[in-house]
Amino acid sequence: MKKIEKKEKDILVLAIESSCDETAASVVRNGREIMSNAISSQIAIHTKYGGVVPEIASRKHIENVNGVIEKALKDAKITLEDIDVIGVTYGPGLSGSLLVGVSEAKAIAFATGKPLVGVHHIEGHIMANFIEHPDLKPPFLSLVVSGGHTHLVKVVDYGKYEIIGKTRDDAAGEAFDKVARAIGLGYPGGPKIDKISKSGDAKAIEFPRAHVSGAPYDFSFSGLKSAVLNYINSAKMKEEEIVVADVAASFQKAVTDVLVDKAINACNEFGFKTLAIAGGVASNSGLKKAMRKACKSNNVEFVFPSPIYCTDNAAMIGVAAYHEYLNENFAGWNLNAVPALKLGER
Amino acid sequence: MRILALESSGLVASVAIIEDDNLLAEYSTNVEMKHSETLLPMLEEIVKVTKLDLNSIEAIALSNGPGSFTGLRIGSATAKGMGFALGKPIIPVPTLEGLVYNCYGGSGIMCPIMDARRSEVYTALYQFVIKKGTKKDICCKLRVLLEPQAIGIMDLIAEIDKLGKHVTFIGDGIPVYKDIIKEKLKSPASFAKANQNRQRAASIAVRGLELYHEGKYIDSDDEKPEYFRKTQPEREAEEKEKAENIEKK
Repeated sequence: MKKIEKKEKDILVLAIESSCDETAASVVRNGREIMSNAISSQIAIHTKYGGVVPEIASRKHIENVNGVIEKALKDAKITLEDIDVIGVTYGPGLSGSLLVGVSEAKAIAFATGKPLVGVHHIEGHIMANFIEHPDLKPPFLSLVVSGGHTHLVKVVDYGKYEIIGKTRDDAAGEAFDKVARAIGLGYPGGPKIDKISKSGDAKAIEFPRAHVSGAPYDFSFSGLKSAVLNYINSAKMKEEEIVVADVAASFQKAVTDVLVDKAINACNEFGFKTLAIAGGVASNSGLKKAMRKACKSNNVEFVFPSPIYCTDNAAMIGVAAYHEYLNENFAGWNLNAVPALKLGER
Repeated sequence: MRILALESSGLVASVAIIEDDNLLAEYSTNVEMKHSETLLPMLEEIVKVTKLDLNSIEAIALSNGPGSFTGLRIGSATAKGMGFALGKPIIPVPTLEGLVYNCYGGSGIMCPIMDARRSEVYTALYQFVIKKGTKKDICCKLRVLLEPQAIGIMDLIAEIDKLGKHVTFIGDGIPVYKDIIKEKLKSPASFAKANQNRQRAASIAVRGLELYHEGKYIDSDDEKPEYFRKTQPEREAEEKEKAENIEKK
């Protein structure tokens, strides 16, 4: 498969990511070394509206995209001429947001005559693990948990995936955001719940751990979210005091218990010796702590990216793009954004 | 001087290359909305047939709005990416002026109308004014009679009747509002034909070249579309604030 010999010369990828509310660009050498990682976050703008507003996100991407790309090249101390391939996230994500990065990347590749590759956003998240773990190689199991995704994925080879489970309703990160809003912590919910949970009692309230019957690796978080909302409403009706830290800690424990449980079961059933978590929720300290402990007692190696590579970033897209490039999966000038792109599909 | 022009503000996808007063190539389609899939392949095609060296263009003229938000952004990001990669400036051309340039030099009032949904049109009123200098140098300038804006069709009809002159309508608002215009407008009117009634990159290029000579071009970093409308949550927040201010009073 790998027709291009990577040993001959360094391959530099310029990667662009704009699938949600971060405009990001990065230069990656040989699929492992991050030469730059520029991110322009819109979080302050969307916080005002309690979540990401797609049209605002798209407008901000347009305003920021060139500046971010220029910063990535400058930080890497190279120019566009030095780049070998342009990589861009083309799905899944918000249609309007994706289109900015896709149109920009295509135009740069077209104008310079450089090859273009389209990258799956989730593949990028998984590949983020390669950045800081030079020895990590497929096969391994990956748990992808973010505001938009909750997937258990067999990473069979570079660019080859098999989804064994996913969420039936809310993504894990989505549940964090909704619960955070309900208990008055605001957006973004994940980091805020994580922080306040440290001072709360995770055993204070017994929230349900949902399991989907007949699908041992699928997730469901909407029931848990409803249980938290019911708890708050009934406490208010009874005029009982709500201890926000306890609610947060108990909720977080309920989420992480399910994530850890299913990931470890999958490792054991399919014989994986390595588990790599990925996505925004992968920087949750409660999840990492519980997962580390469970992996240790099950003799599974546990890897996770630094927080900067957990949130949406272009470095991870650059890593994935490098492997797409080696596999000669080049995109045409008709590459479009695919908001509901499935992992393993093109 | 060579100018590359992009137009994707509405249903039409269109690309063109002009060299001073010559249109070297233009490729327009009015079939579907997937500009992300069509615009760049169309550009590749005209670059190929004209054997154009992209580095030989002076600037990129872009139909910069109003129009479909997504369409505008596809054009904008394409122009920005090319402008950045080639080190060339962008000429943001008002889409309504591009439409009027489809009927360059025509007499009477020129009225571009683009369907803006929510019962409104993006529109403006223009007139081509002939300025007689010397005999050799007759120049035709665009005068604005009504500033570009999004308004209801009835309000537009009232504005036109105030002027009481012959008006030519241009744009994709024609099929939507032709019947109402015929019924309600008192002034004499004509409707542009198929070769003039939709956005064309050649017109963006021609108007763009004029704007370029006036120094109205920008760095690709600074390019962003003119949407003519705030986003919904921004509008709602403003309305809420307004209502609260009234209550306070």
